[in-house]
Amino acid sequence: MKMEVQDISKQIIDPKNLVYDRSPLMTDNVLTYCPGCGHGVVHHLMAEVIDEMGIQSETIGVAPVGCSVLAYEFLDVDWLQAPHGRAPAVATGLKRIMPEKYIFTYQGDGDLAAIGTGETIHACNRGEHITIIFINNGIYGMTGGQMAPTTLPGMATSTSPYGRDVSTMGYPIKMTELVAQLPGTYYVTRQAVHKPGNVRKTKKAIQKAFENQKLKKGVSLVEVVSNCNNGWKMTPVKSNTWMEENMFPYYPLGDIKVDGELVK
Amino acid sequence: MAKQRGAIVVDIERCKGCELCIEACPTSVIRMERKVNGKSYHFAYMENPAECTGCNNCAIVCPDGVISVYRMKVEV
Repeated sequence: MKMEVQDISKQIIDPKNLVYDRSPLMTDNVLTYCPGCGHGVVHHLMAEVIDEMGIQSETIGVAPVGCSVLAYEFLDVDWLQAPHGRAPAVATGLKRIMPEKYIFTYQGDGDLAAIGTGETIHACNRGEHITIIFINNGIYGMTGGQMAPTTLPGMATSTSPYGRDVSTMGYPIKMTELVAQLPGTYYVTRQAVHKPGNVRKTKKAIQKAFENQKLKKGVSLVEVVSNCNNGWKMTPVKSNTWMEENMFPYYPLGDIKVDGELVK
Repeated sequence: MAKQRGAIVVDIERCKGCELCIEACPTSVIRMERKVNGKSYHFAYMENPAECTGCNNCAIVCPDGVISVYRMKVEV
């Protein structure tokens, strides 16, 4: 019986039966992210969307500082590196001189919600026709797990070892809800990539965010609530469970603004 | 009766053993190998190949894109 199963498996593994493989837009470099990191999934989704839309030569990504900066090693599109937090400002300039190109920024929460708050809010307020992919893991991942503006109340980080005390450290900032209020945003959504169903939804959201650039109606922002198992000091599987239990009540998933209309 | 049968191929040297594919698999096909790869990570393999339906779930949640999925109809 076992031999039979193995024979069938060998028969199935044939190029004509291939239903899923790594996107050809991903380079051969091994991803340097920690095991189980959500960045990798989002990279693959972006590669698939850009490949399926056939816009590889017309896409320019802007990567600022943080784990997100490493994206240029892995995605085979043009990239520009921006100073910390300034990706929406750089993307604004790129989009204005090359309005026919697809410009996107790929930012983490320490970047978009802390040092780049001003750039993000003003790019959204001006209604630049760019796509912003925002990875929110509630922590500064690359520099060693310091507290970010999006860190949850009571969450222990290396700079708030007794948990975030809201009386002195403030409340987590909901950037996605904040920019959804601005008339310059056209599509604002929050998704996750920890389960297959969520991954499929996120892919649709990223695709919509890229397609919206053709309409020239404003910023499309996709927030992806992700894990940082190394920063949170958990195993990948446990960090996903923790994220479901703690992050999602504060950062509820779903569309916030679709086609310029608030839906939530 | 025809049945959908699937199989996965894992790129062993790229796998980081995060075990997210095990969680994502609806038919419990995947396990971690006791052996390790060149970077000392345990890697995924098909423990119950007969149960695989080729649903793609493991491949799309894999952060490192190490899983290729194959699917065909098999007469049972």
